[in-house]
Amino acid sequence: MENFTPLSALLGGALIGIAATLMLWINGRITGISGILGGVLFPVKTDALWRILFILGLFSGALLFMLVRGAPIELAPQASPLLSIVAGLLVGFGTRLGSGCTSGHGICGIARVSKRSFAATLMFMITAVITVFLVRHVLGAGS
Amino acid sequence: MNERPNQPLALISVFVSGLLFGLGLAVSAMVNPAKVIGFLDLAGNWDPSLALVMAGGLAITLPAFRLVLKRDRPLLESRFFLPTSKDVDKRLLSGAMLFGIGWGLAGLCPGPALTSLVTLNGSVWLFFAAMIGGMLLHRFALES
Repeated sequence: MENFTPLSALLGGALIGIAATLMLWINGRITGISGILGGVLFPVKTDALWRILFILGLFSGALLFMLVRGAPIELAPQASPLLSIVAGLLVGFGTRLGSGCTSGHGICGIARVSKRSFAATLMFMITAVITVFLVRHVLGAGS
Repeated sequence: MNERPNQPLALISVFVSGLLFGLGLAVSAMVNPAKVIGFLDLAGNWDPSLALVMAGGLAITLPAFRLVLKRDRPLLESRFFLPTSKDVDKRLLSGAMLFGIGWGLAGLCPGPALTSLVTLNGSVWLFFAAMIGGMLLHRFALES
């Protein structure tokens, strides 16, 4: 467990929680990234502008982090190009079909005590763990 | 935004929310697929960090959402925009399952993938393009 970073994990999680709370309190919206992104792809009337500003905010947050740290964000890809494409298709299709991802179901939905979000979060956690187990320990791929 | 569409103050606050969210993803290192896989790989060199990111987030949202949703309306909107579906149906579960498989394959979910586009990492851009493709596929295969 030498990779465990409890303090930065808690701090980062709290920032995400504060962001989601501000969004609900001020704007009355759920901070679900797949939903916000989907709304930009398929905009309804004047509904796209706030979504774009949220996304610009996301970029700015990452840039601010790099600026303050004076170093690029550490990022180690875990999939080959082909696998990245398959994974991306599954994530895009699955989050639309299942109406949410880690943020919308995992952080916001559970906080709303939504039965659907509990079920979805449990489901994607379990399938992701099984997938990683199969890929890493049964098929022996990956690092 | 409905009654007062796109009023500046509301848009600024949405931007700030995005900034804090992106900062949180970067601080917690959830933008790094290796970190996410480290959590999902229970049989490997397990890294519990992601669980603490969820815990840190829920420690705020669980009590705060309760308080906020007691209000009649949000500060700058006429109403709350909340999901209306209540049933755990096949659609929800199969969607979550497909998402989980993709998440496990690449260690990327929509928030980190979108946020880390700023790193210009080719692998993330490829994943992101495919993810948009998956969303379009869903739209045109199932919704129309």
